[in-house]
Amino acid sequence: MAVLVHDYLPVVVFIGVATVIGLALLVSPFLLAYQNPDPEKLSAYECGFNAFDDARMKFDVRFYLVAILFIIFDLEVAFLFPWAIVFGELGSFGFWSMMVFLGVLTIGFIYEWKKGALEWD
Amino acid sequence: MVDFFWQTLWPIIIILAQSVLLLVALLIFIAYILLADRKIWAAVQMRRGPNVVGPFGLLQSFADLLKFVLKEPIIPAGANKGVFLLAPLVTCVLALAAWAVIPVHPGWSIAEINVGILYIFAISSLTVYGVIMAGWASNSKYPFLAALRSAAQMVSYEVSIGFVIITVLLCAGSLNLTKIVEAQNGPWGMFQWYWLPLLPMFVVFYISALAETNRPPFDLVEAESELVAGFMVEYSSTPYLLFMLGEYVAIVTMCAMGTILFLGGWLPPFDVAPFNWLPGIVWFVIKVCFMFFLFAMAKAIVPRYRYDQLMRLGWKVFLPLSLVMVVAVAAVLHFTGWAPK
Repeated sequence: MAVLVHDYLPVVVFIGVATVIGLALLVSPFLLAYQNPDPEKLSAYECGFNAFDDARMKFDVRFYLVAILFIIFDLEVAFLFPWAIVFGELGSFGFWSMMVFLGVLTIGFIYEWKKGALEWD
Repeated sequence: MVDFFWQTLWPIIIILAQSVLLLVALLIFIAYILLADRKIWAAVQMRRGPNVVGPFGLLQSFADLLKFVLKEPIIPAGANKGVFLLAPLVTCVLALAAWAVIPVHPGWSIAEINVGILYIFAISSLTVYGVIMAGWASNSKYPFLAALRSAAQMVSYEVSIGFVIITVLLCAGSLNLTKIVEAQNGPWGMFQWYWLPLLPMFVVFYISALAETNRPPFDLVEAESELVAGFMVEYSSTPYLLFMLGEYVAIVTMCAMGTILFLGGWLPPFDVAPFNWLPGIVWFVIKVCFMFFLFAMAKAIVPRYRYDQLMRLGWKVFLPLSLVMVVAVAAVLHFTGWAPK
């Protein structure tokens, strides 16, 4: 516990100081600057038109697909981190088991590619 | 009471002082990086760039800060006010938070944690939240579309950055940033830093870093001909400033990461007389400036990518390439027995 506090307390303090600086910047114009709002100024920007729809509209499913693919590969990177650290001590077994894992993942990747999950046109 | 002061409060005061010092130094550095960016861009286009405020425009960024603070802050009527104001704060604070672990000189980091590179990787992944929050909370079409694009772009390139980090870790054998730098120290000087043995990964890292920070030529998020100013359309005054600050801090963080992973951090190019007179921090700053110069030149001379090209590059070129490089580096280290024990 003491080690954890010793290591991570500076991180917390640093983020705290950064937050204070950010907040000070965020709040200052509300205190200092002249404000004169009117309905036109506060309407959503849409090239001079009045906004004619709600902005929370339907969007392309491919963004969702990219997010899912990202989760798969990012998890894989998360598996690789500890493996890479102790790579020198693992020997042949460690090396080949990760190669098998990467091979399985590559098969999945080829399948995605062939299915057209990576196409944007 | 006296014990409590010396054992608990005093270390916290020291940390607080160090944090303030680093943040102030970092923000002043960012102010001049911003000016350098504009000057380099101007020079490439045969213009002078900002040259009115102060000698050679050296005080331009501070004048801009003053102007931002005195501008009227506008919160659109349809926006979710809380999330709308939280988004710039999140972006800026997360971007700054990464600097808690970056060693700029042997032993000079706020927190010397064992999982330094993992921490930076995690924090830089979180910056996408600021973008999504801003795009959603604005309740306006351009920010919404830009936030979607930006999120997809940032996560796509994060995967290849992850693989790049893995290859460096295979060579260095530690997640601690100080140890990664020390692993690059050797008799060959700058030719032993990882940029040469891992040159393809250095290139992938540089291009992915451009995409990850939404820098040109990958600035589709704020492609002004399509989305005006992207997810920042509805922002004005200091909320906008915080986004811009966050963006430049993220860029400098990426430069610092490139410096630590590939350019030997604070190490001098060769450990001989004229080079090792300079302290480590000077070398670190020089290398970060060099990396930033590469960023600025890419902005000035490379035309913008199309969105489908961007996604193709990320998923169909960089991902397979970096996957193969992870296997290749691991195989070389395994069969030659060079892997760090």
